[in-house]
Amino acid sequence: MNKIIQVKDVNKSFGGVIANHNISMDVEESKITGLIGPNGSGKTTLFNSIVGYHPIDSGTIQFENREISQLKVQKIARLGILRTFQQTRIYSKMNCVKNMLISAAHHNTKWLDMFTEYPQEMTERAEHLLEFVGLYSKRFLISGDLSFGQQKLLEFAMALMNEPKVLLLDEPTAGINPTLINGLIDRLKRANQEFGITLFVIEHNMRVVMNLAESIYCLAHGEMLAHGTPEEIKQDQNVIDAYLGAH
Amino acid sequence: MNLHLKKIIFYAAILLAGIFAPIAFPAYTFQFAVLWLMILFALTWDILGGQMGYNSLGNILFFGAGMYICTVVQIGMYYDVGEYTAHFGAVKIDFTPYQYFTGIAAGLVLAGIACLGLAVVFGWIVFGLRGPYFAIGTLGVAIAAGELVGAWDYVGAGGGISLPNYPGGPGDREMFFYILCFVSAVCTFIFLKWLYSTRFQLALNAIRDDEEKAEAMGIHTNRYKTIAWSFAAFFLGISGGIFGNMTGFIEPLEVAFPTVTFGIFMVLMVLLGGKGTLWGPVIGAIIFHVIKELTWTYLLGWQWVALGALIIINVVYFQQGIMGWAQEKWPELFGITVDEAVASAEENSTADKEAVI
Amino acid sequence: MFDNLSLLGLVPMLNLQLLLDGLLIGSVFALAAYGLALVWGVMNIKNLAQGDFVILGGYIAFTLSQPPINLHPILSIPIIFVLMFVFGWGLYHTIIKRVIERDLFTSLLATFGLAIVIQQLINLAYGPDVQTAEAGMEIREFFGGEITIADTKLVSFLLALVVALLITLFMKKSRMGRAIRATSQNARAARIMGVDTDRVYAFTFSLNAAICGVAGVLISIIWVIQPFFGITHSIRSFVIVTSAGFGNLIGVILSALGLGTVEQFSGFVFGAEFQQATVVGLLVLVLIIRQIMQSRQRQVVK
Repeated sequence: MNKIIQVKDVNKSFGGVIANHNISMDVEESKITGLIGPNGSGKTTLFNSIVGYHPIDSGTIQFENREISQLKVQKIARLGILRTFQQTRIYSKMNCVKNMLISAAHHNTKWLDMFTEYPQEMTERAEHLLEFVGLYSKRFLISGDLSFGQQKLLEFAMALMNEPKVLLLDEPTAGINPTLINGLIDRLKRANQEFGITLFVIEHNMRVVMNLAESIYCLAHGEMLAHGTPEEIKQDQNVIDAYLGAH
Repeated sequence: MNLHLKKIIFYAAILLAGIFAPIAFPAYTFQFAVLWLMILFALTWDILGGQMGYNSLGNILFFGAGMYICTVVQIGMYYDVGEYTAHFGAVKIDFTPYQYFTGIAAGLVLAGIACLGLAVVFGWIVFGLRGPYFAIGTLGVAIAAGELVGAWDYVGAGGGISLPNYPGGPGDREMFFYILCFVSAVCTFIFLKWLYSTRFQLALNAIRDDEEKAEAMGIHTNRYKTIAWSFAAFFLGISGGIFGNMTGFIEPLEVAFPTVTFGIFMVLMVLLGGKGTLWGPVIGAIIFHVIKELTWTYLLGWQWVALGALIIINVVYFQQGIMGWAQEKWPELFGITVDEAVASAEENSTADKEAVI
Repeated sequence: MFDNLSLLGLVPMLNLQLLLDGLLIGSVFALAAYGLALVWGVMNIKNLAQGDFVILGGYIAFTLSQPPINLHPILSIPIIFVLMFVFGWGLYHTIIKRVIERDLFTSLLATFGLAIVIQQLINLAYGPDVQTAEAGMEIREFFGGEITIADTKLVSFLLALVVALLITLFMKKSRMGRAIRATSQNARAARIMGVDTDRVYAFTFSLNAAICGVAGVLISIIWVIQPFFGITHSIRSFVIVTSAGFGNLIGVILSALGLGTVEQFSGFVFGAEFQQATVVGLLVLVLIIRQIMQSRQRQVVK
């Protein structure tokens, strides 16, 4: 299987606090990979390192066999790695369609394109994706007025609009009404299957991650604790101990 | 069609008013000219301050730079600048009409272009700053520029430069500069009206709403910021060149880099009219200019206190500005959809749709 | 300019003189800067009227030192502390209270407006002339007159030190001091724990005004005051705080002493008219350095 993201021996510490210690892991192309771990185990730090939010202390991060740990956030995003935020971030004073339009991919636009209007098919695509996440009827509302759950869906749709190769989702179900979660899982799977986007998901909700991911990594105290299929992870004594606080 | 016609009549009325104002009230030609410059100031400040959320206190930098560049070009095309400024007041030089008009044309164009380049350079210095640091940093750069020019003998240092005399009658002179101001302000407006209809505006708004998100989505944020600032600098540079010629004498602190007068007026006018809209700065500039002229006339001595008080009242009590207030009151006029039933239906309605999907 | 530079090399005592002057005056800058750090850190207000508070304090001292009161400026410090405290309290309840929860630019602009009002009112009352509050003290000479130190500068240095110590003690020991520190760390948590943050903000802002007032008295004794000098003092405070960070008294003091020294040297080398240019230049420089440091971490200066 093709490994689209390869993380090798990554270390990252803040001051004296070691957030990631010798982390190695792979994300396989067009699959869904999960990342679990107790609070403060370094999951978001690892995400941030991959998308270039901060420099890493040592190690390598490769995307499609290209070293990306020296690149900046925007460059990495344009290569095709996109992330969503734990605290949902959208452009809160613009309406949903505008949020979608500005999220359209920037890697294939030319310099002078910034002085043109958006072509009609782009607007149609935006509306189609808003329909996909169930926000079509709210497409002209100011996005800041949407509920938290709806904003999360909008952020997800914006990410799809960008046509990334890999999508890193930081707790997509956190703070979402339980009745919405099944629909969201379904959409994540469809994004993976229909649009061919590789997903890499941080998730606290065990039911969600077991249901979703084909391959799961577990972090604890900044170290990689376990890796395996959902079944293997469920059985893994280390993982159970980490979650029950036996460390 | 009806709406379209209304718009044409509206714009035509404004243009006609602009053209006939100095003819109807020739005594106020200078005031009208300054008003157009004020509109230009407000419009260009709003590119960054309103649309992009970067509150600069130092845009006046480009005004002053443009003024000096224009002047130096005007003089330098036909005389030695160092000699001209060194003999300040002693040597009287008359420019022929040809020299004068070619000089001013070349000066204005070069001022615009040079300021555009300057914006790229200064953008590199200040765009790593956010929020208050950006405001203070730009203020610092503008003050520093004034101090530097004040120490530079080639451009007359603190003593300033007298500009070439206008080759014609005083009435012609006023009208000539009025037309320059009018045309440059209208051009700025048309340019921005076009610019805000393109993707460019969405990118600026995205940076305003959440720059980190914009970066994470791969938007070339630095490119947009630099270009936006360059546009503002271009028009400000030209306006500086015009204003310098209009007053006939320039010096660094009061005329070219007046951070506490024009530099703050720009911000205040936009806040008064409403940030992030096209008409807000225009309306704000007109109201502000009228208030300012009135206080300067009737509150002489206290005008600065009144100005400071106006800033405080505006910022503390009426920050959304006139257009912002109007948008809140009649959102549908501005194409904003606030369907409260839909917006407040929260997740329930979405949950219903879940079942369908 | 190069003449003066070579003079510094020729006469080593001159360096010592400039260094001493810089340190003594820097200690006064530290007071206003600490006040700024306080309001910035606790209530997130960037007070651009900081320097005008300083100047206002100086003018009150000047007025009190004139007939008919003829109060010695140093003795007027407690009075001015109280007056400025009340002034700050009034400002908080009329203006600052309403900008505290708003976006960052609001406080900057509102206080800028305030700065204009204060400087213009002073200008209307006293005119644009440079003033000094006469303390009538001696000038000491060392090394046969090569080094001179005015007693006023020594006294103001000591007074600044005393004020700084008192503030530190107040912050550490008193109930209000603890409440201020708690609010600066997490206002919401402090509110939940029963701290009346509104009172804390009012107190912090008033305290800042009072500290500035004291700094103003010292400035009026050892240096000059003028209605429009406020902005330079404000920028000084911003330079010091941006290079030291807030909530760090030692850092603020060190930066302030550094700034005072740099100003003295550049004033000597380039000439006194470059004073403002030096301060502003330092501001730009500090901001550029901080940007470079932050960009190493792929962060920006927020």
